[in-house]
Amino acid sequence: MTALLLAVPVVLVLSYLFEPAGEVWSHLVDTVLKDYVINSLLLMLGVAIGVLLLGVSTAWLTSMCQFPGRSVFEWALLLPMAIPAYIIAYTYTGLFDFAGPVQTLIRQWTGWGYGDYWFPEIRSIEGAALMLALVLYPYVYLLSRAAFLGQSICVLDVSRTLGNGPWRTFFHVALPLARPAIVAGLSLALMETLADYGTVQYFGVSTFTTGIFRTWYGLNNAAAAAQLSALLLLVVFALIIMEKISRRQARYHHTSQRHQALTRFQLNARQSFMAFIICSGALFFGFILPAGQLLWWALTTAEESLDSRFVGLITHSLMLAGAASVLALLLALFLSYGKRQLGSWPTLFAVRLAGMGYAIPGTVIAIGVMIPFAAFDNALDSWLRAQFGWSSGLLLSGTLVALIFAYLVRFLAVSLQTVEAGLGKIRPTMDEVARSMGTGSGEIVRRVHVPMLKGSLMTALLLVFVDVLKELPATLILRPFNYNTLAVRAYELASDERLADASYAALTIVVVGILPVILLSRTITRSRHAKSA
Amino acid sequence: MQNQLEVRDVSVKYGRQTVVDRVSFELESAVIGCLLGPSGCGKTSLLRAIAGFEPLALGEILLHGENVSRPGQTLAPEKRRVGMVFQDFALYPHLSVGANVAFGLRGMSGRQQRQRVAELLGLVGLSGLEEKYPHQLSGGQQQRIALIRAMAPRPEILLLDEPFSGLDVELREQLAGEVRTILKREGVTAILVTHDQLEAFALADQIGVLGSGRLRQWDSGFNIYHEPADRFVADFIGQGTMIPGRVLADGRIESSLGILSADFNQQHQAGDSVELLLRPDDLVHDDESDFKLEITDKVFQGAEYLYTLSLDDGTELLCLVQSHHDHGIGERIGIRLAVDHVVAFPS
Repeated sequence: MTALLLAVPVVLVLSYLFEPAGEVWSHLVDTVLKDYVINSLLLMLGVAIGVLLLGVSTAWLTSMCQFPGRSVFEWALLLPMAIPAYIIAYTYTGLFDFAGPVQTLIRQWTGWGYGDYWFPEIRSIEGAALMLALVLYPYVYLLSRAAFLGQSICVLDVSRTLGNGPWRTFFHVALPLARPAIVAGLSLALMETLADYGTVQYFGVSTFTTGIFRTWYGLNNAAAAAQLSALLLLVVFALIIMEKISRRQARYHHTSQRHQALTRFQLNARQSFMAFIICSGALFFGFILPAGQLLWWALTTAEESLDSRFVGLITHSLMLAGAASVLALLLALFLSYGKRQLGSWPTLFAVRLAGMGYAIPGTVIAIGVMIPFAAFDNALDSWLRAQFGWSSGLLLSGTLVALIFAYLVRFLAVSLQTVEAGLGKIRPTMDEVARSMGTGSGEIVRRVHVPMLKGSLMTALLLVFVDVLKELPATLILRPFNYNTLAVRAYELASDERLADASYAALTIVVVGILPVILLSRTITRSRHAKSA
Repeated sequence: MQNQLEVRDVSVKYGRQTVVDRVSFELESAVIGCLLGPSGCGKTSLLRAIAGFEPLALGEILLHGENVSRPGQTLAPEKRRVGMVFQDFALYPHLSVGANVAFGLRGMSGRQQRQRVAELLGLVGLSGLEEKYPHQLSGGQQQRIALIRAMAPRPEILLLDEPFSGLDVELREQLAGEVRTILKREGVTAILVTHDQLEAFALADQIGVLGSGRLRQWDSGFNIYHEPADRFVADFIGQGTMIPGRVLADGRIESSLGILSADFNQQHQAGDSVELLLRPDDLVHDDESDFKLEITDKVFQGAEYLYTLSLDDGTELLCLVQSHHDHGIGERIGIRLAVDHVVAFPS
């Protein structure tokens, strides 16, 4: 039941596919729709190339080759995940546009003036693709790395005993075998690309998400915005299916159950240098450079930025993220216990459905939440006015309730997965053994479940907390009037070209965003120790 | 002596499917019983019914004279004082070994608990491991901890669900012997569920063979091997071949191996067609014997060879021979019958 409620926004948006097309819609089709489609596709293509090159090469190098710094890169390469795309976008703009330090430096050295030289325009579709690729490649890195490590002993050693060097082994054995995992990582990166609003909006690239915004606010047409959203959803579903299929194939590709500490290719000095350059390049441009710039800005503007308004932002963000993560955790616990205890297919289906939101762009969810909430408010309002002669105004829409509901729709999957994984470790026999020793249900929960779940529950809280903190488009649409969060403020200041002023909010988001990355890298190190033990 | 466990006419159903079909047996105090059968025979369901995890469709279960299960009424597992050891051991990863063993101890002071834990750890030769955590132990050690955790509260009966199947083959045999010694020393009444007959022979006093939900035979291991009650038991336990025969007027049986006389485990009429069960140890290799059979296959088993011998009509027999009698395939060797128990089923 609860799970179904959370699916309402998605189903509602999809239902607009069958709605008769309004005037605005045909206007959209005539004018901008083609741009949206082409730009979105180009952007996806660019991001795909970028994340594949960066993700697969770094994954191969860190998992299969031995070179100085490898063990540091292994986890450090995940750091770019901490930076939301819109934040890296405006930091790079600050660095590389005409007034930025890089071009200024070039002009000082050469004495050129405006128009005397060519410099790549960062605020373009290529620039947007580059920005997204720089922070999204860790998805491909993570999954293909796991695939490379998983296939290690059985097939790669065979290839090497047959006389194949690193290159041949890579292209003929490792890459084809890891393909499902790589495709899965790619689909995740592309889903994020489609969901992105901040970057493309800031760079002035018209895609689906910016189109939905414009139709909603500019043209004030909910139906058309919903129809655009529905179209976008179809593409997302295609990606979800692609990801699911790839994952299933990836399972079958494990030809051996045995895992052994693999012997890595020992690279010579020149190769090591190249490997080092590639990995540190990805790390430098994806994390160190933007984070460093943010830090610099933050330090130089400390006095003006650290005021009571900033404290207000933090309070708002913490409150929203805290409330959403606690609620998501409670819901996740409720659902996964329901699944464990009942296990019937309606429960399973409902849990699946509730878990789908993560793939769906925040913009789409916002529209899907806004429409029913507004309809409910209007209906209630007119009913009250007719019956009692007073107006309730807008009860839900434009309040924190609507916003938190949207967060739940989008991020429940995160806590659900974590809680389910934790609960999965408590095997049914552990309950049964406790009962056979005379332990009642309440005592089992207290003495077995709570201590065993504690870690997963903390992780679930943390992950949703950080995701909510970073989330931009849904917050932008659904927040109460003048209610600012860190993400919204950073975005607004950056849009007003007050890049340095935005740095405090942005830096806070990045710093908090590093927390889950640390968690992730710890699990990686731990699983490696378990394997070599 | 009072029966510790009585299973009377018990049926267990999942939906409309009957997985345990009117099974009855009894177990005296301090006796180790075993439910043996192929996978899907209902042995685990029966064990779970005794533990109280499965309700009964028919019949009743008495534990120490007290009725704990009947249709529509199942005393909860936590109220019936059973101890259970699972296939996956189900040790709690968040608790130390000592805390795991003490999990079911209640109404005891901390000192008494520590004492009991130390005593049990000593019993299985793992003294001093109280502070370790389950993941730091080997498979065999985990198994022993799971065993003493179930024994700690001194249950009325100890239930072991395939307790050795998660372990290496070598370890399995060694542990089965050890577990029997421990249970006997403590005077524990226990039921083991397994599909491995050697495990059953090594551990149990009484074995029940289950097939398709029905209890085929409840007997000692020796009798189950040498005097199987029906063809299912004969097929499932040990190796052997069936050869056709005919009952003569004087009660002896005529077969292609000659005329056999011995006690029958079943009544047959003169002139009946029957099938005889021949175990590999019923055939003895004897160079003096005039009765010669051709070797069609042989497997070296260390101390013995297992020869496959062929009769003229193509029937194949198995024969165990000490391995210093090394004959080649195709050779004909002398055979003598040494059948103490003639087992014949109507064909």
